[in-house]
Amino acid sequence: MSYFDVPKLTGSLWKVWSRNKDVFMKTFIVNFIPSFAQPLLYLFAFGFGVGNSINVMEGVSYIRFIAPALIAFGIMDSSFFECTFGSYVRMYYQKTFEAIIATPLSIEEVIAGELLWGATKSVINALIMLPIFAIFGIIDFPSSFLIIPFSFLAGLLFAAIGMCFTAIVPSIDSLNYPTFLFITPMFLFSGTFFSLSLMPDFIRYFALAVLPLTHVVIIIRSLTLAQPNPLMVISFVWILLATLLFFVLSINLMKKKLIV
Amino acid sequence: MLCYNGYYTAIIWRFIIVPVIEAQGLEKRYGEFIAVDNISFVVNEGEVFGFLGPNGAGKTTAMKMIQCVSPKNKGKLEVFGMDVSIDQRKIKRLLGVVPQESNLDPDFTVYQNLLVYSRYFDIAQNKAEKIIEELLDFVMLKEKKDTLVTLLSGGMRRRLLLARALVNNPKLLVLDEPTVGLDPQARHLIWEKIKKLQSLGNTIVLTTHYLEEAQRLCDRLVIMDNGKILVEGKPSELIREYIGTEIVEADNNPAAIDCLSRTSSKFEVVGDTIQVYTDDPQTVMNALLKECEFGNVLVRRATLEDVFLKFTGRKMRD
Repeated sequence: MSYFDVPKLTGSLWKVWSRNKDVFMKTFIVNFIPSFAQPLLYLFAFGFGVGNSINVMEGVSYIRFIAPALIAFGIMDSSFFECTFGSYVRMYYQKTFEAIIATPLSIEEVIAGELLWGATKSVINALIMLPIFAIFGIIDFPSSFLIIPFSFLAGLLFAAIGMCFTAIVPSIDSLNYPTFLFITPMFLFSGTFFSLSLMPDFIRYFALAVLPLTHVVIIIRSLTLAQPNPLMVISFVWILLATLLFFVLSINLMKKKLIV
Repeated sequence: MLCYNGYYTAIIWRFIIVPVIEAQGLEKRYGEFIAVDNISFVVNEGEVFGFLGPNGAGKTTAMKMIQCVSPKNKGKLEVFGMDVSIDQRKIKRLLGVVPQESNLDPDFTVYQNLLVYSRYFDIAQNKAEKIIEELLDFVMLKEKKDTLVTLLSGGMRRRLLLARALVNNPKLLVLDEPTVGLDPQARHLIWEKIKKLQSLGNTIVLTTHYLEEAQRLCDRLVIMDNGKILVEGKPSELIREYIGTEIVEADNNPAAIDCLSRTSSKFEVVGDTIQVYTDDPQTVMNALLKECEFGNVLVRRATLEDVFLKFTGRKMRD
């Protein structure tokens, strides 16, 4: 068994997705509040706080500069946490995966269903954030509508990366490491709150080479500003390939962990 | 001629009963540790088949291989004539599983647990709703229908697990320690349900280390230890063959042992007592009371526990 075996999947994986959706819908309101409140808080803090001292970043107002970054961060945050802490709890504490693989579903389908659910959480997050930003008039339409389908792909990428961590950590506490060694640096250094061009070369190249959020921000900023970035296509291909890679890898890692 | 052969093949085929489970030289390793060591057994249709053994004997590992969730390392294991490493999906469709530890979905109510589970078996919702009503009746959880499973007692959870295992109308039920940690009332209820399922023609495989449970429920059983099958048979036959029908127990003292050795009785010293295995306790007792100097003497029926301890020893397990 290698780390890159192509998983055999059937449509049954959507039943795992449905299970998670059903749980989500039970606590619907509680689930909506963070997606709603978080970007607003950032928007006020940075928009009024920093925005008053910085007038222009990369040729646009500071608040218009950070709006796409907040959307991108929301997309990353929702799927990454769903497939790290969320999946870990379902796997280890609730033994949900164990219960499902006693039915005709395979472990590959369970994990794929979890990943697709993670991606769906990103879409839900994007759907909540877009109207808020639209009301403030800081994102442009119709190009920003494309963020909705794109959030599924970007969400899938972070879901898959998160699931790889879930597969390799020895305990749930260890999931704090990827949070502050991976998520926090990305939050700060992916062209989110400061233009990448202000960064030293090595940070800029590092961000472009290995920080997935950089590419997500490039695409979403192109969409909210309705200004195509020359790197857009490269970023899209980068995300597509990385998603494929981590999707397959995470399923194989989980299979190794759970099927013994 | 071809037709003629075909006709006979068809006739012969009807008389070959494919066993529900067939294992030959089955082996499972975790690194260096051999959890299941070259075991062979056959479970036939309609049978309640038990796996007994101390903790760590390899019972649960064997169950997991049958359920197709843990791959075997060596040997043959077929369920309904299908290889567990190939036809996993088909096999799992025919199986109902009650795990040792509850893995009910704590996010859902009793009813939702069954409904969500039925989806995994492609059961249409309207059909599932009917089945679930029947099952809730069967396990007597109708009043708890809309209760979150986290609020159920241990006995109720077990019953719900049993109902969940029956959602797909399985041809084979796998019960891993079905009554562990239950009070006598709950245990008797589960036994009653298992008996009922057996009378309906279900094939059931169960593990347990409650020997009374095994003696009551199992048509046939194996006793396992250290990954190996030590003995196989019907509970009553095992007792008769290895222990005898009765046991005479007496206080342990050197004179008594000396005396018993002379009378060539089958006996064993267990701590403070001497156990004499026999089919004719009256004669043994009279003889012993006359010839040897016994203090307290007690006659009791031999049980599966005596067989179990004889084979697995009295050493403590981790």
